[in-house]
Amino acid sequence: MSIVSRALVIFFAFIVAGGASEVKAERTLKVITSFSVLGDLVKNIGDDRVDVTTLVGPNGDVHVYQPTPATAKAVGEAGLVVVNGLGLEGWMDRLIKASGYKGVVAVASKGVKPREMEEEEHEGVAKGSRMVTDPHAWQDIRNGMLYVDNIAQALSSADPAGAATYKANAEAYKAKLIALDKWVRSEFSAIPRQKRRMITTHDAFGYFGAAYGVTILAPMGLSTESEPSAGEVKKLIQQIKKEKITAVFVENVSDPRMIEQIARESGVTVGGELFSDALSNPDGPASTYIDMFKNNVTKIVPAMKKGL
Amino acid sequence: MNHLSGLFLAPFQEFIFMRHALVACLALALGCSPVGVLLVLRRMSLMGDALSHAVLPGAALGFLISGLSLYAMTIGGIAVGLAVALLAGAVSRTTVLREDASFAASYLISLALGVLIISMRGNSVDLIHVLFGTILAVDDAALILVASITTATLFTLAIIYRPLIVECFDPGFLRSVGGRGAAMHFIFLVLAVLNLVAGFTALGTLMAVGMLILPAASAGFWARQFWSASLAAILIAMVSSYTGLLLSFHLDIPSGPAIVLTAGLCYVFSLVFGRRGSLYTRRRAACHLAG
Repeated sequence: MSIVSRALVIFFAFIVAGGASEVKAERTLKVITSFSVLGDLVKNIGDDRVDVTTLVGPNGDVHVYQPTPATAKAVGEAGLVVVNGLGLEGWMDRLIKASGYKGVVAVASKGVKPREMEEEEHEGVAKGSRMVTDPHAWQDIRNGMLYVDNIAQALSSADPAGAATYKANAEAYKAKLIALDKWVRSEFSAIPRQKRRMITTHDAFGYFGAAYGVTILAPMGLSTESEPSAGEVKKLIQQIKKEKITAVFVENVSDPRMIEQIARESGVTVGGELFSDALSNPDGPASTYIDMFKNNVTKIVPAMKKGL
Repeated sequence: MNHLSGLFLAPFQEFIFMRHALVACLALALGCSPVGVLLVLRRMSLMGDALSHAVLPGAALGFLISGLSLYAMTIGGIAVGLAVALLAGAVSRTTVLREDASFAASYLISLALGVLIISMRGNSVDLIHVLFGTILAVDDAALILVASITTATLFTLAIIYRPLIVECFDPGFLRSVGGRGAAMHFIFLVLAVLNLVAGFTALGTLMAVGMLILPAASAGFWARQFWSASLAAILIAMVSSYTGLLLSFHLDIPSGPAIVLTAGLCYVFSLVFGRRGSLYTRRRAACHLAG
């Protein structure tokens, strides 16, 4: 090793050490979350004690995210990483390994009773379909409360000085969620259970449906990539006509033209945009976890009432 | 008889989305086939593939400016596709670089630019997936776009038929009789881009290229003249579209691949049994010589 390269090594060592001490000097806890729903929850619990960075921002598709070097750097410098788990962030393990992050990876969905979902839609026929864990657990507000507990716990162990604040914030936020859950149930109580049927492009409402007694039908399977066959579209249209479903929704991460086509063909109106995998932009209708439910329910319920 | 009509006609009678898909395919077949035959004649068969990547920055810019609008993204795609094609054409006419190489260079630059624009936006909504949907999602706007482009293509081809073909086979002759070769070349490139983008908006990138090239490549085994080859290509494209849609309907397979694979079967059949230059005729000719 020549003198020059030795000097370089020492120089860079200084930069790295300087950078590390800078992070320690900051009072706020740097938290990386994988997608916007988690980002909102962490912000609510951590308030100004944390500095939240969300990897997959508003309207992004968390299933197909591609990390950049800058995100790897941010993850490496984080004080805490919060992920959903249940197989949602397939890219996360590699990103954490590449970033050299040594801290705790908090799994927000810890303790959730996982649902199964079909990987490919084959309308009851077993061929080619296999059951996988449905990762969209936050669509049930009771699971959302579990998320809050898990996040508060993770924040407290990463930053023990703020434990009392986190606990208080978490309790206050959970009270809001309990009220929200009650409101959702009262909204749906006006509709008989067998009329609670809806169609969306993306199969992310499994937990939502199970929690509030809504039957979810989707023209495409779990993946946002798969191309439907004409036969599948036919079956769906016949199903809408036969069972008189009035709630048809375009979801914010799939191809909207497909569902518009189906809606027109079967004579129902498209009910507007639902948010499931991602929140909307700050000025949009679903910029927080709570607003997401308010937006979704105020669109789903009137659409179902049309069929009464 | 009833059973047959249920199998072959009822899907289109009963469902609007099947009719839309079929009409879009038939219109595309009319426009794309002659353009495809010309592309094959000019040895530019792979240009479609290149262009399908080259339109990305245009679509991305359209998306940045006005969100998820079919028109904005299509116009962006057409603009950038034209820029890439014309630039590549100009480079091949004015420098030593051949057309295929200049196309490859331009589309790679354009593709990288598109990826850059999309990642700058920091949003991983799959633009190509949204813009280049499936044939089953063809709506009125896409149908009108495809029909307009087909009409424009057929009229333009009718008007510049002769000079265009001369330019294909013998550019030197066209120049000697005072024809404007460069103009013909560029008009043809414009037509190729328009038809490709029409195909992309209706059918998706991979499938549009399949519709452009496979029928044209098969037609070469049946017809000698440009017009007869075009007719053969149109026929093959239409038959494969109809058959592919029916297969997708009855067998529950994705429609894009179903149509392209049917066209692929036509290609293999032509390759083996075609009237001229196929394996079968070559073999027979070889037997004659041996005898």
